[in-house]
Amino acid sequence: MRLVVNGTSHEVDVEADMPLLWVLRDEIGLTGTKYGCGVAACGACTVHVGGVAVRSCQMAVGDVDGEITTIEGLGNPQALHAVQAAWAEHQVAQCGYCQSGQIMQAADLLSNIPDPSDADIDEAMSGNLCRCGTYPRIRAAVKTAAAKLQEA
Amino acid sequence: MSRAGKIARRSFLIGSAAILGGVAFGVYRVKTPYANPLEDGLADGSATFNPWVLIDAEKVTLITPHADKGQGVASAQAALIAEELDIDFGQFEIDFGAPDKAYWNTAMGSEGAPFMSSDESFMAEATRGVMGGAIKLLGMQMTGGSSAMPDSFVKLREAGAMARETLKLAASQKTGVPVAQLKTAGGAVQLPDGTELKYTELAGIAAGLDPVRDVALRDPSEWRLIGHPMQRLDMLAKVTGTQSYGIDLQIDGMVHATVRMNPRQGGALNGYDDSGAKAMPGVKAVLPITGGVAVVADNTWRAFQAADAIEIDWGPAPYPAEQDDHWAEVAASFTKDRLDKTWRDEGDAAAATQNGIEAEYRSPYVAHQPLEPLNAIVRVTDEAVDVWSGQQVPRMLQQIVAKVTGHKPGQVRFHNQFIGGSFGHRLEFEYLKQTAEIAKQMPGTPVKLTYKREEDFAHDFPRHIAMARGKGAVADGKVVAMDLEIAAPSVMSSQMGRAGVPVPGPDMQIVAGAWNNAYALPNLRVRGYRVPELAPVSSWRSVGAAGAGFFFDSFLDELIHQAGADPMEERIRLMGHELSRKVLETVAEMSSWGGELAPGKGRGVAFVESFGVPTAEVVEVTATEDGIRIDKVWVAAEVGQVIDPVNFENLVQGGVIFGLGHAMNSRITYADGMAEQANYWDAEGMRNYQCPEIVVKALENGPKIRGIGEPPVPPAAPALANAIFAATGKRLREMPFNQFVDFV
Repeated sequence: MRLVVNGTSHEVDVEADMPLLWVLRDEIGLTGTKYGCGVAACGACTVHVGGVAVRSCQMAVGDVDGEITTIEGLGNPQALHAVQAAWAEHQVAQCGYCQSGQIMQAADLLSNIPDPSDADIDEAMSGNLCRCGTYPRIRAAVKTAAAKLQEA
Repeated sequence: MSRAGKIARRSFLIGSAAILGGVAFGVYRVKTPYANPLEDGLADGSATFNPWVLIDAEKVTLITPHADKGQGVASAQAALIAEELDIDFGQFEIDFGAPDKAYWNTAMGSEGAPFMSSDESFMAEATRGVMGGAIKLLGMQMTGGSSAMPDSFVKLREAGAMARETLKLAASQKTGVPVAQLKTAGGAVQLPDGTELKYTELAGIAAGLDPVRDVALRDPSEWRLIGHPMQRLDMLAKVTGTQSYGIDLQIDGMVHATVRMNPRQGGALNGYDDSGAKAMPGVKAVLPITGGVAVVADNTWRAFQAADAIEIDWGPAPYPAEQDDHWAEVAASFTKDRLDKTWRDEGDAAAATQNGIEAEYRSPYVAHQPLEPLNAIVRVTDEAVDVWSGQQVPRMLQQIVAKVTGHKPGQVRFHNQFIGGSFGHRLEFEYLKQTAEIAKQMPGTPVKLTYKREEDFAHDFPRHIAMARGKGAVADGKVVAMDLEIAAPSVMSSQMGRAGVPVPGPDMQIVAGAWNNAYALPNLRVRGYRVPELAPVSSWRSVGAAGAGFFFDSFLDELIHQAGADPMEERIRLMGHELSRKVLETVAEMSSWGGELAPGKGRGVAFVESFGVPTAEVVEVTATEDGIRIDKVWVAAEVGQVIDPVNFENLVQGGVIFGLGHAMNSRITYADGMAEQANYWDAEGMRNYQCPEIVVKALENGPKIRGIGEPPVPPAAPALANAIFAATGKRLREMPFNQFVDFV
């Protein structure tokens, strides 16, 4: 089956019920998307499919119906996406393991709601668990990114 | 196993005559530095000045041996070296280094000494010195106990200064300019005429010189890095998905494995039927290992699927099957023969609390559950064992893996990795033993073991359970007596037991966070009781202080309310230690304690000292119709010296969230010998929508630098319980609190 990930086409030979997460990580080798819980309880595996944030651990690869963007495709160290730049500015990460998912979720939030309220942030970001407790910085970084994106 | 292998970690020293005897090895051996491991196989033209600095013609590499599990310690260690080496972030690479005695933890022993951190007496300091010497003789390399900065603060700056002065000497030899006229900045030696000689250009000459050892450290007023905000070295990688963790690593020819171990932890594997699993796609092998079964496949998910398809007959648990029986054993342990130690005994607490106020408290088992599940890659050959994983005790890891594979510890090459959270989880060795067992059965093939989240929960080795019984007395509006008894299994004994290391003497962690608070109550007794081992347990961020700190401070709060005193003013009045009193006064000032609160609001204060850091927190809550909302938290902590104020704030906020979240909703309970909680929805800690504003202030009045990884955790739970009492009149004496109140 054929997948388009970050603009690149990949041919993968896997069972249709294999979760997209494991296709990305073990078959295509894109490890920025993380395995945390396997049951959509932590959000570490969040990617965009057809421009919408999804939990890749709960999406069977056979159900993928759009182009996939992972954290590696959002931006890179030389060319950061506004959300990534805000994350760096606020020094959000501690262990960093949840942050790929947090950033993908935040990017999705800002594409839907360019100027989110605290309640919007609560609603969009509370499915993404951070065991280190970086929530205050995540909240601040979302607001910084929103302001930056609105300037642009 | 070697002598070093038999003894280890945090509290093993306490009361141990055997170890105290260890100093008979003598001052000479304690003072002699270990050989520099970077000298082994050093390439021509490369220079190393000490175990932390390596320079060749291409690059400068700083060795940062403390494991980075998210606390930013790789950056902090590099900053300490770079401060004196005069090199900037971006001009060097970092490397965790190989396990070596030279990286022994100079701070670990002193915190294990059975003296209150506020005790600066000759006896206390002398004992700390002796214990530090013993740790060195054992070559104990370890990350934990909030000790990385206390361990590194002087020695890494000295390492940087030694390298700098040696490079200046090399430049002087090359140019003929006297050393006194040379300066250093930006990774280069500067000549008086402005010419710059990069350190990399000088490596060849420096390699032939004896390192300059007699160096003076700079005055803090000259610091460029320490005390200033820094861009953490791992930040860009962590926001772009390019940080490689152990779970992400790919080794050529690698296979993917997972395990199912007896969920009745430590119980036997009676038998299994793998006929279905073996026929599943991608499955290469199903292998028995000690206490469980491993599946090897060509993909992690296929391994998970096949493991779930194995039908297994498990033996019973070697501990009580039901949670109530665990509590019954703890409750039955307040007896003379289970008295572990009387840690405080001032005045006459027994007499003073007769007919006094009584209360009983409980702290549950709590899982660590960092977001990166346990994982490791091991490759076994005749000559060597390679281990790629994140772990906090590298030299013990070598011994434990070597025992599994039949190699010598020196043949185990450990490649430490960035860790996606630990909270104590990566002090364990079971996942490494299991990977080594699988890899031993597949010589030459790198085997990556990844735990399924449910397996990780089932084998978390949670924080120990504990109970406290308090008696207290008040008079004339003051608290006059407290008699606190705490019963718990020994976390140190359980944890070190799995590593094959006996732990002699009383376990300070039973009472940590209770006995060591520097209050000067006229009558104060704190006693620890040791419960025989129940379920296996291990160190959970802040270890004993998470439970015992909750007991002590909550009960003190009860007594203060009973006395009719103000919770803040009475704590300050009772405090017998200047640095600690200042912490309380600071948090009072930050929170404008004593002002009028809106209806439904309540505030609680808590003070707990752990790992030498007096920490006070004020929590403000609102009792809404739907439950308790946490509005705001103020934190003050005395650490002597802050390395990076931004990272410091982040760690403190995270510690508060960790403490609050688990106090709200997390525990592990056992039924039929198995943990009843299987994934994050059963024990999730705090979510973003519940997170309050958290205001942080560091105090730097103390004489010693302290670590901040753990100390913000213990005061969070009692401060929250005290706030809920203030708002609702309901006293919470058992965690998690969502058994008794709702949170919004």
